[in-house]
Amino acid sequence: MALLELKDVQTFYGNIQALKGISISVEEGEIVTLIGANGAGKTTTLMSICGITPIRSGQIILKGQEISKLSPNRIVKMGVSQVPEGRRIFPQLTVSENLDMGAFLRTDKEGIRRDMEQVFTIFPRLAERRNQLGGTLSGGEQQMLAISRALMANPHLLLLDEPSLGLAPLVVQNIFEVIQKINKERKTTILLVEQNANMALKIANKGYVMQNGVIKIADTAAHLLENEEVRKAYLGL
Amino acid sequence: MKLRSILADIGKSLATAVWFMVLLFPLMVMKVNVARGVAQIQFRWNLLPLVGVGAFVLSYAWRIALEWNERRGANKSEGMSSRIRAAGAAYLARPAVRTSSLLVLLAFVIAFPFLFGMYHTNVMITAFIYVILGLGLNIVVGLGGLLNLGYAAFFGVGAYTYGLIWKYIGPSFVAAGMDPGWLFWISLPLAGIIATLFGILLSLPVLRLRGDYLAIITLAFGEIFRMVMQNSGDLTGGATGISLIPRPWFFGQKLPPTKAATYIYFIAIVLVIITIFVVRRIEDSRVGRALEAMREDEVACEAMGIDLVKNKLITFALGAFWAGIAGVLMAAQTTYINPDSFTLWESIIILMAVVIGGTGSIPGVIGGAILLKLLPEYFRALAQYRMLIYGIAMILVIIFKPDGLIPRKRKQYTFERKEATK
Ligand SMILES: Nc1ncnc2c1ncn2[C@@H]1O[C@H](COP(=O)(O)OP(=O)(O)OP(=O)(O)O)[C@@H](O)[C@H]1O
Ligand SMILES: [Mg+2]
Repeated sequence: MALLELKDVQTFYGNIQALKGISISVEEGEIVTLIGANGAGKTTTLMSICGITPIRSGQIILKGQEISKLSPNRIVKMGVSQVPEGRRIFPQLTVSENLDMGAFLRTDKEGIRRDMEQVFTIFPRLAERRNQLGGTLSGGEQQMLAISRALMANPHLLLLDEPSLGLAPLVVQNIFEVIQKINKERKTTILLVEQNANMALKIANKGYVMQNGVIKIADTAAHLLENEEVRKAYLGL
Repeated sequence: MKLRSILADIGKSLATAVWFMVLLFPLMVMKVNVARGVAQIQFRWNLLPLVGVGAFVLSYAWRIALEWNERRGANKSEGMSSRIRAAGAAYLARPAVRTSSLLVLLAFVIAFPFLFGMYHTNVMITAFIYVILGLGLNIVVGLGGLLNLGYAAFFGVGAYTYGLIWKYIGPSFVAAGMDPGWLFWISLPLAGIIATLFGILLSLPVLRLRGDYLAIITLAFGEIFRMVMQNSGDLTGGATGISLIPRPWFFGQKLPPTKAATYIYFIAIVLVIITIFVVRRIEDSRVGRALEAMREDEVACEAMGIDLVKNKLITFALGAFWAGIAGVLMAAQTTYINPDSFTLWESIIILMAVVIGGTGSIPGVIGGAILLKLLPEYFRALAQYRMLIYGIAMILVIIFKPDGLIPRKRKQYTFERKEATK
């Protein structure tokens, strides 16, 4: 059974239909990537999974349970956390307070403290800046903070929305390594939305290509890297 | 370069002066005299240069102040004044100095009613009521980031809770041979609870609103409350309000006005201290931080599993609670309430106290509330310009000290190298 399954999901913003019936399945332990042009509906897909933009029809099934009617906090409680597009860290809270907010639904103080130390070993730059205000971090550091904050929820399923956006190539490399590491060491399943299709497909098991609110192609990452259409449209080859 | 910018400033100020001369011409220079039914225009030309010079000087001073402010922002960490301030802060942070200055302050506050008499004591009580109101509103505006322009309504809910309890239960209470002063102590927690309920009630329709819309809805709520109190004459006494509200019970004694003021003064101090204590606990708690997170980014909050609905309920409820408490205190102090005490202006003045003092900063809000209540009392001569002065003060604060007079101090801003090398 898949960890997460979207069945014919449709989402609207008012009268605008952003998702026109998409189906995605994510197996336990996988890295799945969702690629597509601007406005394809990738962010909307993640927001629908989290319950932040409610869906109009279809089903979202997490661990065998229908979650599309649940409130966002219930869904987070079930082990889904998101690194939203554009980082969205809390600028007036310090790095450690940001991390603490990531663990908001957890009450095990000891575990939270331990996990905080652990994310600091993943991103030592954050450890140095734990008392700095989030808003004064550099873009790359903010992205590290956003990922760490999502990890603080101790998720089974981590949703990442364009983690490489606006970062220097070296930092992007680092972020992708960390994503792989999280997947391997913590056994966290990952759904990764990326513009950087090449890198995303290289670390993913499976990929979905989205266009105008529908899934255009679904295949293994290796096949997608070979696919003529994908190579032309998204890999710029 | 320097000379050029000065000349440019002078030029702009001259233009402003001319503009003001034209603008104020009909107001200042022309004067219409009506003598025996015949209107005559008298031109007071001598006033024209006065307007020009005045506008020029003010405009030039304003420009210099703005430039100074910009320069100050640019080299914040350097400069004599900031070094002196840092040294002062370090001195104040020393535990011995801190405790002793707090003790001196406490001694002064306790001695106040005995030193200064009833008038000043009453003024101080009003200031304390505003401190409680300011701290309560600060939870909503400072922590939760929700603009509430109807805050005076919760203040009114508190005052009317006490007033109505007195009006309807008081007589039978007295008939039963009980001291009506007890009603104060019953009303105090009850008003807090009822105001909290009203806070929750208001938060329901505004759950999805932010910014301007929220401000408008809360403003409407405040006005509706006042209208209802004003127009349900049979129930609430209408525009005449409720009078002869009893003072708090004091061991069964009937205190003369001076002593009663002193007594209420001490009740107010205790309530202020409790408020400060609780508000600080809220601020340092995880719930408080979640409120701040909501102020910063609602979508991110949802992604973290922070329940926005619950958060907004908590924000409004906590804010309203303190207003309710302050309302009872106010009713007990003045022994008379009517809807005019809970107008939009009241809400705006409380909001100003928060913003001028320093949004989110507890010492700032306390300072702001005291300042805004004491100044008009002691400068009665300027009473008619009160709103003008408040407005100017507000503009000055927003431009020169955007974080308020005593800005919120975050625990630390610093970047710790030591930890990294360890
Ligand atoms: N809040 C909103 N209100 C109305 N329309 C929206 C809203 N958010 C997104 N849309 C529309 O929904 C469609 C999908 O948007 P979405 O943000 O999911 O795209 P995306 O694939 O994430 O794009 P990008 O790669 O640029 O981030 C777009 O056409 C967008 O204009
Ligand atoms: Mg997007």
